[in-house]
Amino acid sequence: MMHRRNTAGERVTINIDGKNVEAVVGESVAAAVLAAGAGATRTTPVSGAPRAPYCMMGVCFECLMDIDGIPNRQACMVSVTPGMKIKRQAGARTVGGAS
Amino acid sequence: MSEQACDVVVIGAGPAGMRAAVTAANEGLSVTLIDEQTEAGGQIYRAVARVARTRPADLTLLGPEYAAGGDIVLELDAADITVLHGHTVWQISQDGTVWCSDGTKAKSITARFVIMASGAQERPVPVPGWTLPGVMTAGAAQILLKSAAMVPDGPVALYGSGPLLLLVADQLLSAGADIRVVAETTTFKDYLNAAPHLLGALPASKYLKKGIALRRHLKAAGVPIIKAPNGVSIEGTERATGLRIIGKHGQTFEAETILLQQGVVPNTQASWQLRLDHAWHAAQHYWYPTTDRFGATSLANVFIAGDGAGIFGAEAAAAAGALAGLGVAHAAGNISAAARDQKALPFIALHKKAAAIRPLLDHLFPPPAHILVPDDATIICRCEEITAGQVRDAAKLGAPGPNQLKAFLRAGMGPCQGRMCGLSVVEIMARAHGKSPAEIGAYRIRPPLKPLSLAELAAMDDDTPTP
Amino acid sequence: MPAPGAPRTFDVAVIGGGMIGPAVSLGLLERGLRVCILDEGDDVLRVARGNFGLIWFQGKGFGMPRYVEWTRRSAMLYADFAAELKDSTGVDIGHARPGGLELLLGEDELAHRQHYLGQIYQQGGGANYEVEFIDRKQVADMLPNVTLGEDVIGASYSPLDGHVNPLFLLRAMHTRFQQAGGTYLPHHRVSGVRKDGDAYTLDTEGGSVSAPKVVIAAGHGLKTLGPPLGLDIPIRPQRGHIMVTERAQPMLPMPISAFRQTVEGSIMLGVSAEEAGYDDTIDTATLHTIAARAKRTMPQLGNLNIVRTWAALRVLTPDKCPVYAESDSHPGIFGIASHSGVTLAAANAKVTAGWIAGDPPPPEFEAFTVERFHDAPA
Ligand SMILES: Cc1cc2nc3c(=O)[nH]c(=O)nc-3n(C[C@H](O)[C@H](O)[C@H](O)COP(=O)(O)OP(=O)(O)OC[C@H]3O[C@@H](n4cnc5c(N)ncnc54)[C@H](O)[C@@H]3O)c2cc1C
Ligand SMILES: Cc1cc2nc3c(=O)[nH]c(=O)nc-3n(C[C@H](O)[C@H](O)[C@H](O)COP(=O)(O)OP(=O)(O)OC[C@H]3O[C@@H](n4cnc5c(N)ncnc54)[C@H](O)[C@@H]3O)c2cc1C
Ligand code: FES
Repeated sequence: MMHRRNTAGERVTINIDGKNVEAVVGESVAAAVLAAGAGATRTTPVSGAPRAPYCMMGVCFECLMDIDGIPNRQACMVSVTPGMKIKRQAGARTVGGAS
Repeated sequence: MSEQACDVVVIGAGPAGMRAAVTAANEGLSVTLIDEQTEAGGQIYRAVARVARTRPADLTLLGPEYAAGGDIVLELDAADITVLHGHTVWQISQDGTVWCSDGTKAKSITARFVIMASGAQERPVPVPGWTLPGVMTAGAAQILLKSAAMVPDGPVALYGSGPLLLLVADQLLSAGADIRVVAETTTFKDYLNAAPHLLGALPASKYLKKGIALRRHLKAAGVPIIKAPNGVSIEGTERATGLRIIGKHGQTFEAETILLQQGVVPNTQASWQLRLDHAWHAAQHYWYPTTDRFGATSLANVFIAGDGAGIFGAEAAAAAGALAGLGVAHAAGNISAAARDQKALPFIALHKKAAAIRPLLDHLFPPPAHILVPDDATIICRCEEITAGQVRDAAKLGAPGPNQLKAFLRAGMGPCQGRMCGLSVVEIMARAHGKSPAEIGAYRIRPPLKPLSLAELAAMDDDTPTP
Repeated sequence: MPAPGAPRTFDVAVIGGGMIGPAVSLGLLERGLRVCILDEGDDVLRVARGNFGLIWFQGKGFGMPRYVEWTRRSAMLYADFAAELKDSTGVDIGHARPGGLELLLGEDELAHRQHYLGQIYQQGGGANYEVEFIDRKQVADMLPNVTLGEDVIGASYSPLDGHVNPLFLLRAMHTRFQQAGGTYLPHHRVSGVRKDGDAYTLDTEGGSVSAPKVVIAAGHGLKTLGPPLGLDIPIRPQRGHIMVTERAQPMLPMPISAFRQTVEGSIMLGVSAEEAGYDDTIDTATLHTIAARAKRTMPQLGNLNIVRTWAALRVLTPDKCPVYAESDSHPGIFGIASHSGVTLAAANAKVTAGWIAGDPPPPEFEAFTVERFHDAPA
């Protein structure tokens, strides 16, 4: 969906749905995911409709993703860090902790 | 308790907040500046310091207005201010306590004064298909460009009206995007309505010139700028594939990225939550908290500066920030009224000059009716997937305003907490009941202003961070 | 046609479109009466929008066996009530009666709960009082997707407890009311009620309405409307905070008094009790207390996001039990005040309405008088 016209800056490797990709320090997770060629970044808990980042500034909550094991984080407001694990979400999140 | 105290908490590190913080600190007040972003700059100057450091050539692409933000960031760095980046404010109480969280643990800061400078958001643009992946706001594309040097792949279409629409189209074009169309909703009638405000806009004629230059540049590059007064719909099932112009000669433009822009509106979540006095902007169809020239609100200890108090743009926001800083310095007893008024003069002049363009823009680029009161089938609440038609049905059932509507439909109850549907709900209900939006009212906003985890809240008063 | 400006006339005028007014009105319409509901506007105290959605039996009726019976009666009527609403309006109010738990953290809470429920049992509930105590293991079996916090030692359980989506209940009742020919009048805040020949005239900001019978189901509004009409009911506001999480996969198969997962998947957490007058703003320390207890009870809730919180004001009588009374000085004027208006909605629609229409009062009502607050204590 997006490409970097300039990759100046420090690189990090992050993992999106099991695949390692390069990102640039300072980028948001949402930006990195868009650059990795995602279509939908989640499906909704209401109807299962596909959604992707809409505002990139923290107001629409469409970019919710599982980041380092915590679901429903605003990917546009979190910066990439080395080794970060990012997953797309399908429908309502789970509540970990029990079998 | 992890509670801290200071004279002033400033919320938001855009031009208004940065300038307010620096001004208040220079007048001898202890200041804490909080912003949820990881870098200073707000919306307009997003990532400006990092861009200047890592890819200075992009400053040319993004333009001198953007580069100018670097100076304010330097001023901020030089001042004696506690800056909390990556901290989201989720509650403000009327006594001046501000609660924020860094994602691990909530904490509170008590302040004698609060300056809210939380800026604006883009007006949500409910057109058929706007929830599809591939559709985003024009500002979102600009954020990707500023903060990550990213440009959309494939064909791009833009729809809407206003200065930001053309600015983003032009920035993306220069950055190499394949722009297929800019579809504008501005009508001949809008030009007529705006004409009386032309003279008043002359002091700010540089903005006018810029607008003309942008348009010329896009046209010269072969980008079609077409009229779409009846709106558009977005084609695609799993993701956007095209932009269809509604009307007799409606064409469809192939596009993988569709960017929507219908102006920006104040971010009023916090001002509503504080139950400050608000007014309705008739031309631009938004709520704004009422303030005096120093940003004083209906609560003596709360000030608001910048686009959060009404849309006047970045330069006016910075001036308003300085004025709020002075206003608070006086209210705190640090400077006399005479000193405040003296120091305020240049900023009042700056604000006046920058704001002179607004009546013209406000009337030239009103949000069109098909956005304000969309067709029945169009989703207006993205979180709960509620359509305009459902809102109309609830109004017929007697729901007198947004709060009863919220109870009936769950609109406004999702994670965005009504930021996406709030204005649409007011507008649709106003039409349905034959009233003005001002009579209809707004959602009652409660904390948290942004969601926070149960663990963050549970850990609020102890000093051990949660994992 | 009434002359222009003349009050509109109805058989019954119901003041209040919250939880109690619409429930009673549905029953009145079923009896063929012409009914209007007079209500306030949008941003007002309306507890019907701020409650927890429990249909709760256990623990109700301390000191008043009749209230135990009345609650049981409503719980038993609920399934039919919900089905009727769904059939007529298409709105599923999400009613279920899977039984409910009150989780007990530590020996002190257990002892306190045993004492409290024991009193209700002894005061008349007797052998058929449908509440029992279960231990931690039994709780764990009932909640297979929950890892209980260390401090949970057991629970009180009642098979009569259930829940509902209270907002959809509100919408369903309003939809049904208008379908069945009722007249809903928002922005009609009643300022006074006057005797006018055989009927009463109600003056409102939106014009007058006249009816021989008036039901005051105005929640906190009863405090000022009641006394001039011979219904001096000493209700007070008691604030309760509730928090709601984002939607999650099904986790709680049954309601727990401070934890309820809605059909949509959000988990509601509650409910505090503070004396704060009519102040319904949020107290952050209370949110912290609720969050800390929730995490202690079910640690896995920790990383769920809180998306909304609110505070609402309970309509409480001094003994926390309801009032259903007709005025002695103003016959035809009925006052109803109760906490637990959600729990009692089915009984209000099915039984209370009959009493207002002219049937003899149900036996429970002998206890729900106004006089009990004014008689000198024996
Ligand atoms: C996406 C977007 C792009 C824009 N681009 C341009 C442009 O290119 N040119 C132009 O002239 N104008 C642009 N604008 C208009 C913009 O509103 C003003 O130019 C200017 O940024 C206003 O400055 P401000 O200080 O009032 O607010 P902002 O610059 O918006 O700053 C507000 C700050 O508050 C922070 N904040 C908000 N809520 C919270 C919270 N709860 N907790 C912590 N922090 C919070 C935000 O993170 C943000 O940094 C844009 C607006 C938007 C929304
Ligand atoms: C935090 C909390 C949690 C709760 N949880 C539960 C629960 O789990 N289960 C349960 O059964 N109950 C619960 N309740 C209680 C329940 O919500 C109430 O008992 C019920 O809503 C009361 O209904 P009501 O009609 O008397 O009042 P309301 O629902 O408040 O309605 C009163 C109506 O009267 C209108 N009104 C007031 N004055 C006037 C006037 N002068 N003229 C015209 N209209 C007027 C108001 O606008 C309003 O619409 C809870 C309450 C709280 C506060
Ligand atoms: S994209 Fe809108 S909140 Fe992240």
